[in-house]
Amino acid sequence: MRPLPELTPENTAFWTGGAVGKLMIAFCADCRHAIHPPQLICPKCWSEAIESKAVSGTGAVYSYTVNHQQWAPGMQVPFALAVVDLDGAPGVRVTAEVVGMNPDDVTIGQTMRVTFVNIEDIWFPQWEPAQ
Amino acid sequence: MTMNAAITGVGMSDIGRKTGRPAMAHLAEAAKRALECAGLTKEDIDGISTYPGKADNSPGMSPLGTGEVRNALGLKTRWHSAVPDGPSQMAPLMVAAMAVATGQARHVLCFRALTESSSQTATQRASIPGAGRARLGGWYSYLVPANAMSASNWAGWMATRYFHEFGMTREHLGMIATGQRVFAQHNPAAVMQSPLTMEDYLGARMISSPLGLFDCDVPIDGACVIIVSAADAAKDCARAPLTIEAMGAALGSQETWDQRPDLTTMGAHDSAADMWKRTDLKPADVDVLGLYDGFSIFVPYWLEAMGFCGHGEAKDFIAEGNIGPGGRFPVNTGGGQLSGGRLHGFGLLHEVCTQLWGQADARQVVGASVGACGMGGGFIAGSMLLRRD
Ligand SMILES: [Zn+2]
Repeated sequence: MRPLPELTPENTAFWTGGAVGKLMIAFCADCRHAIHPPQLICPKCWSEAIESKAVSGTGAVYSYTVNHQQWAPGMQVPFALAVVDLDGAPGVRVTAEVVGMNPDDVTIGQTMRVTFVNIEDIWFPQWEPAQ
Repeated sequence: MTMNAAITGVGMSDIGRKTGRPAMAHLAEAAKRALECAGLTKEDIDGISTYPGKADNSPGMSPLGTGEVRNALGLKTRWHSAVPDGPSQMAPLMVAAMAVATGQARHVLCFRALTESSSQTATQRASIPGAGRARLGGWYSYLVPANAMSASNWAGWMATRYFHEFGMTREHLGMIATGQRVFAQHNPAAVMQSPLTMEDYLGARMISSPLGLFDCDVPIDGACVIIVSAADAAKDCARAPLTIEAMGAALGSQETWDQRPDLTTMGAHDSAADMWKRTDLKPADVDVLGLYDGFSIFVPYWLEAMGFCGHGEAKDFIAEGNIGPGGRFPVNTGGGQLSGGRLHGFGLLHEVCTQLWGQADARQVVGASVGACGMGGGFIAGSMLLRRD
């Protein structure tokens, strides 16, 4: 029941990289700035040379919340949402649902690893504990 | 640096839950009350401004735009605008202030109308952006599809980080919720009137940790009108003009809820800092505060953003009783959105104005002459300082 993001030239790599198991982040080819959400132009230097590159798919939990409210029909609760500082993409955070652990056990600083869930043409990143 | 603009009248409809009244009925009632407050007639109104304009991105969120209201009220205007993308729900008031200060209009009717309570159904919750749509674009397309559907989730992870860094606990937020309920009990217009104890607060169900039911504001049906007038025109109004001493709309980070480098700050910090640069007044000069409480956690952020206490100090500031009834810096004296109902910031400003005019009855802050208002949470923020001379 969740709404899906519309695919655009700038975000397609991010939302479909999971098809080959890759978390794709936009970078500026000129100044190397990591850009998220992805853009067609570098917000830092206005270069149009944007490239999507696979990152390691790991990171540290900056913050989290455990959602208990069913916001949409069919939503299974509770679940944790983690805001994760990505390794290899300075300043970029990816917020996603946490899987593979008790939602109440998520902690700030915990190392996470990306996994993906496919719905139609979108591969949603999800976070699972790295160990 | 005082602006040549003042608030001259405010009006609120009989707000409630599941009123079943059309939005326009609420709006017209609020408009009549605001005109009466200001001592103006409909012919005096030559401008209209709103946030966000007619919008269907979540149920009942904004049923009226300037077009519907101009038509229904028969207004002839020299300025009209709706501001969906601006410095918070305060944007239409700021636009109005700039309109009157530059001579585009004399008296601008600013409004906010919501029917979220009546529009909410089992499958269509209020305040879920994009609900019911197949595909989403824009900033919330990185959150809502990822199952971070509600602003309570976004505020929840801000609160988690803030708690982690500064040792705030749910009890501190509970002091905000219970304190504002006491204020609400002295405000007949507030929708929540029953007592709320700390035990009730802590025992309520969790929504998105660490935020529970009473950390979330209450969806209502209602409308609020605030009239912004040119300084010279304001002198002819019924009440002492509330001069807009300064306002601030700066924003230094992207429009997202998760990418700001330090999520123990938010847009409020940028906008409030900008506001203080435009005035000689200081936080110590402020008598009454209206701080956005769509979620309780925004109150400590705003307190720090506006400099009423230092970064990370809000928990002690709150625990010392500064913001509740009888406190040195009373916040949301009408009950706020937590107990008064969600009028998207307009209700908070309505209350600040009511206080500055000395009309707040049993909850009156004696001698209040300077008020500060901050609207918005996350990257959404607008700040305003009002002065009654
Ligand atoms: Zn660049």
